[in-house]
Amino acid sequence: MLNPTLITVILAASMIGALAGVLGSFLVLRGQSLLGDVISHAALPGVVGGFLASGGRGFVAILAGALISGALAGLVVQLLRRGAGVKADAALGTVLSLFFAAGVVLLSVAQLRSGAAGLTVFLFGQAASVLRADLMPMALVAGLVLGGVVLLWKEFHLISFDREAAQAQGLPVSLLETVLTVLIAVAIVLGLALAGVVLMVAMLIAPAVAARQWVRGLMPMVLLAAVFGILAGAAGAVISAQGHGVATGPVMVLCATALTAVSLLLAPERGIVARWTRQRRARRSLHGRQVLAALQGLSQAHDDPSYASAEGMLNAYLGASSQPVLDRLKGRGFIRQAAKMEPELGKDRRWELTDAGVLHLENKDETQ
Amino acid sequence: MMLDSLDLMILSTGALVAVSGAMLGTFLVLRGQAMSGDAISHAIVLGIVLAWMLTGARAGPVVVLGAALAGMAAVLLAQALSRSGLMGQDAATGLVFPAMFALGVLLINLNARNLHLDIDTVLLGEIGFVWLDTVTIFGLEWPVAGVTLAVVGLLNAGFLLIFWKEQKIAAFDSGLAAALGFRPHVMGLGLLALTAVTAVASFDAVGVVLFLAFLIVPAVTGQLVAASVGGIMVLAMLSGVVSVGAGYAAALTWDVSIGGAMAVATAGGLVLALVLSPRSGVVAALIRRRAIRLEALVATLLTHLAAHENTPRQAEECSTGALVEHLGWEKGAAQTVVLAALDRGVIARANEELALTEAGRALARAAAARTDRRRLFAAQRGDG
Repeated sequence: MLNPTLITVILAASMIGALAGVLGSFLVLRGQSLLGDVISHAALPGVVGGFLASGGRGFVAILAGALISGALAGLVVQLLRRGAGVKADAALGTVLSLFFAAGVVLLSVAQLRSGAAGLTVFLFGQAASVLRADLMPMALVAGLVLGGVVLLWKEFHLISFDREAAQAQGLPVSLLETVLTVLIAVAIVLGLALAGVVLMVAMLIAPAVAARQWVRGLMPMVLLAAVFGILAGAAGAVISAQGHGVATGPVMVLCATALTAVSLLLAPERGIVARWTRQRRARRSLHGRQVLAALQGLSQAHDDPSYASAEGMLNAYLGASSQPVLDRLKGRGFIRQAAKMEPELGKDRRWELTDAGVLHLENKDETQ
Repeated sequence: MMLDSLDLMILSTGALVAVSGAMLGTFLVLRGQAMSGDAISHAIVLGIVLAWMLTGARAGPVVVLGAALAGMAAVLLAQALSRSGLMGQDAATGLVFPAMFALGVLLINLNARNLHLDIDTVLLGEIGFVWLDTVTIFGLEWPVAGVTLAVVGLLNAGFLLIFWKEQKIAAFDSGLAAALGFRPHVMGLGLLALTAVTAVASFDAVGVVLFLAFLIVPAVTGQLVAASVGGIMVLAMLSGVVSVGAGYAAALTWDVSIGGAMAVATAGGLVLALVLSPRSGVVAALIRRRAIRLEALVATLLTHLAAHENTPRQAEECSTGALVEHLGWEKGAAQTVVLAALDRGVIARANEELALTEAGRALARAAAARTDRRRLFAAQRGDG
């Protein structure tokens, strides 16, 4: 099962996953996720252009072409926004669709040449298209990008969380942002053969969003995002290798999304389930306090500290059945059932506050 | 080039995509929801595949409904995720629609043998083949894609005509729209639903991403040029339809992808607008800047003449030559400014000597008074 081809693919996918996780963290934190989508779509004309210029599927030529058109797209987005005052989302959509359309046109030109069949793998990604010989240059580029991130870590950290502070410290913020965007573009371009131009954005965003659920701080988040990226990449590569003709990109993306969904739901503090439980507990404790307060209020209104209220009266007062809450409060020792009174008024149970209940009601800090 | 029925079929289908895209795109761009269009057009793929898996239908109302639901689900899920505070709107969008698209593509991959839906077609569409699938109405053969698009186009037009005012207010001031009882949220949902339906109808013709080009680029073009919603929409339709024609001609000439060429052609309108738009174009900005500069230079000339009026050096200072030598202006520029000032009747020329007219003197005095007031104000504030 573990043949050399599969090992190559797993290595490549893990590398891409790690790189995308690291740089995607910055995209997510800076609120620029869709710029990643634009750059990856916009790389298509560069991919095909690189192919046409080099006359074959040269790894470096295609990479360079993709990088150039991806970076150009980022530049045009800036121009449209700053120069012509086009809104951010419209600028992104414009550049994305136009560059992609240009890629489609170039693709139809390239398909008349020989050896172009391999080009469509860049749309959705095909792990088998990564050759063993591509691994070394891939690792080299990935290493350079990661080296850049490590080198500029403090600066990237600051511009991601507090742009104004970075400016006030005299950092060249725009230059740093450009460098970061270029590094992101390189990461995207490197992943295109595996994940495809259409879906690469998910490999950037999903691991970062997932990692943010579990940890605080930039360093743990970036590291965990890299781990998630590796998991999703490797799993996607292995699973897609099982079916014939199944594109790798979608499987990798679905693995990453599954990780994210689990993280969104189950993370201990920020998880949706944990949050929901907290809210429920808070609401229940509020109900308990309401009933206790009603009991106290009724006894005060009767000028009788040991006044016992009938359950029916409580229900009418609170406008809802208080029975489950009363049972719970009794279980915790905050109220007790009062002795029956003559003449018996119906079959109602009668309740009075215990000392523990009074104490609980007075102690407002305690939420349990 | 003779237009035969084949060309007409392709052109009319493309034009219908352009018109519907322009109608909806105008409001989406105004509302700042252009990327929701991106999410919708990707997510419908999952809806189409799921509808096929459940009912076996490749086209028809069930597929349209499934796709529209999937498109809406993508947008609403992204909204819910971003409202949860766990991530930004951008990350939520970027998380949801690639996942749905990935699932759709995977299902297509796994069912490729039965579905007859190529994943390349999903992305790129094949408008060149709309004539393969035709239906006969009134004894004429029409492409099914075109007929569907015409119906959807009428639906879009009807919706926007009925809710024109509501959509407009909702787009510009959703708070006011809510206060007036126009339900901006419902208006937004309606717009998104129609976008999804239109995306499905356009899907066979131009594919997912090229539909996005017709949705957004012409609307942005219109926004650069026109100042009213109606104007933007008309310009967007015009630019979209012209792009369809130009793109088709280009595709035939160079033998490239028809849908791709049509989408790329929308860039032509955008570039034209960026350069020539009287509102925000580069040329208009240049002209405005030149006009402002000339105005400032004329004012300087007037001040200069006023300063030297009735002084011993009047003859020397009040000449075009002095402007060049003493003020350091270029000779051509000095002449342009003098001519402009003469045109406006604020100076007069006798021999080579320039003199203020009554109007010019009044202007110079007013300018001097303004400067004095500004100085006084600055001095009072204690920083001048």
